[in-house]
Amino acid sequence: MSILVDKSTRLIVQGLTGREGTFHAKASQEYGTKVVGGVTPGKGGTAHEGWPIFNTVGEAVAKTGANATVIFVPPPGAADAIMEAADAGVPLIVCITEGIPAQDMVKAWEFLKGKKSRLIGPNCPGIISPGKCKIGIMPARIHKEGNVGIVSRSGTLTYEAVHQLTVRGIGQSTAIGIGGDPIIGTNFIDAITLFNADPETEAIIMIGEIGGGAEEAAAEYIKANVKKPVVGFIAGQTAPPGRRMGHAGAIISGGKGTAKEKIAAMKAADIHVASSPADIGETLVQAMPALAKA
Amino acid sequence: MKIHEYQGKAILARYGVAVPRGRMVESVEEADAATRELFHDGASGVVVKAQIHAGGRGKGGGVKIAKSVQDAAEIAANMLGMTLVTHQTGPEGKKVQRLLIEETLPIAQELYLGIVLDRGNGRNVFMASAAGGMEIEEVAAKDPDAIIKEHITPGVGLQAYQARKIAFKLGLDTKYISGAVKFMMALARAAEDTDASLVEINPFITTTDGRLFALDAKMNFDDNALYRHPDIRELRDLSEEDPLEVEASKYALNYIKLDGNVGCMVNGAGLAMATMDIIQYAGGMPANFLDVGGGANEEQVTHAFEILLADKNVQAVLINIFGGILRVDTLANGVVSAAKKTNIHLPIVLRLEGTNVEQGREILKNSGLNFIVAHNMKDAAEKVVAAAKGVK
Repeated sequence: MSILVDKSTRLIVQGLTGREGTFHAKASQEYGTKVVGGVTPGKGGTAHEGWPIFNTVGEAVAKTGANATVIFVPPPGAADAIMEAADAGVPLIVCITEGIPAQDMVKAWEFLKGKKSRLIGPNCPGIISPGKCKIGIMPARIHKEGNVGIVSRSGTLTYEAVHQLTVRGIGQSTAIGIGGDPIIGTNFIDAITLFNADPETEAIIMIGEIGGGAEEAAAEYIKANVKKPVVGFIAGQTAPPGRRMGHAGAIISGGKGTAKEKIAAMKAADIHVASSPADIGETLVQAMPALAKA
Repeated sequence: MKIHEYQGKAILARYGVAVPRGRMVESVEEADAATRELFHDGASGVVVKAQIHAGGRGKGGGVKIAKSVQDAAEIAANMLGMTLVTHQTGPEGKKVQRLLIEETLPIAQELYLGIVLDRGNGRNVFMASAAGGMEIEEVAAKDPDAIIKEHITPGVGLQAYQARKIAFKLGLDTKYISGAVKFMMALARAAEDTDASLVEINPFITTTDGRLFALDAKMNFDDNALYRHPDIRELRDLSEEDPLEVEASKYALNYIKLDGNVGCMVNGAGLAMATMDIIQYAGGMPANFLDVGGGANEEQVTHAFEILLADKNVQAVLINIFGGILRVDTLANGVVSAAKKTNIHLPIVLRLEGTNVEQGREILKNSGLNFIVAHNMKDAAEKVVAAAKGVK
């Protein structure tokens, strides 16, 4: 009752020896994720907080049997870290790093074509299947095991949605932050396709924001393929055009990518749209009263 | 990051993109010298162009043609120091401090060329349109098929056959084709080498004597890539930006000044946008967008606080934090130290959730400061809007 990550996930951390890498590796391990090692070029052969460190991802995979990696490498080397992980055949790559140059991601995107790896992010909080596995920087304690799948471009808004569900007694199958950059690995449609096929996911929440056309494309996909109830929210309904709202991808340019267009597309696909960010949980309860009682 | 037209043209010229002869000037004397030089070199007229970071300059009176040295001097004198208002500057306009003086050219055709990132398929796209001078958004809205598109393969770059395809589709006369191909390939190389997030040549012109020029040039750069382009970083013109936004950028804070009176400090761009939205639902107006980021430390939070409070319109502050990377105790320490340092008298509404939230709440409680604690986002928005209106 989850997608992409569960009890069988074996995780390595690229950039484990850094401050954030160490902090979040520990938090993931405490949550129950099997963290099996780290990669820091030049520190191979040493140990860090009890974990073996390797010089390359290939070596780490060979020695630990890792099937997932999380990247905490600083922006100048992050796209390279993604490509190294893909070259080593790691099935799931989660890139937390914010601030990767767009052209580096253009190259990484091209590199990933035809490879077996799935990339989540960059510039994202990661992925969690409550009670099973946590990869990333989300605060663990707000989550609860259950049947709602969440996919979001924003990290903190994912937490907000999760929290609103948990306080209503509604658990989550998996929550994925897909990232706020213009070029990301897993997109809304990819995540929704997986949730739609997961028998234990009974409803889906998608949280979008201004910029680009991914929400519109997802709405079309949902209309044609998804029978499960979907709740949507779009951040930036009051954002001024032409200004980049924090996320590299959150910008209304040339009158395109407005919240209004996205909300209209979602409504046309019979998605239950929460107009206020405080109402995401409540909108789901109204769309699917049985979930709250469970 | 945005740069001026004259700076963009200088970069493009280094890659072999043809630009009109001309010079940037900052005074009437310099304008006079530049004009004389251009006429001396055979120009039949000059164009005086205000250098501000906004489009629509022509309609606002920021682009004028002069047929003599005297005319040019008069235009330059009027334009320098004027406040230019265009549809992109906002009603307050921008003060003109620099002019670009260029030779006029015998224009045959005005076209459009541009390069942007196509988010949908993860590649840069080279765009062209025969409707030069018009804004591409307008063309896209009216007649999307009129925009010619060629995607650029990463690592391979724009190929000659692609540029030829574009040139023929634009309907260019055969005599221009090889020049246009070189022009477009140079443009694509410039965009790639400089990590440009946007390049627009509007108009791209053909002349009656068979030449091709970038008559205007707009270049924006990827802020995330500036670390590898120190020369381009130097071109940043701080006078074109809001002073508080400049201050915020020194501390890697994402701050955008808005017109309302409710200051907000939020972590995460999505939550920050959603906080702006919910303030408006509660009947208030946000004074800013401020994302302190995922990895903010105490010092950054202190700076964020100072910047927020430097906006004199702010009547109340909402701090909305859902801590993941940013731990709530870190934020709380920052808030307390900043509140003490800035001796703040404004009401502060706090809504905190996430990692180390208990420790964070404890720090606030023991601070001796009078914070208003909210239970959820809606509650927080209502409390801060009431506080901003002076309602107790």
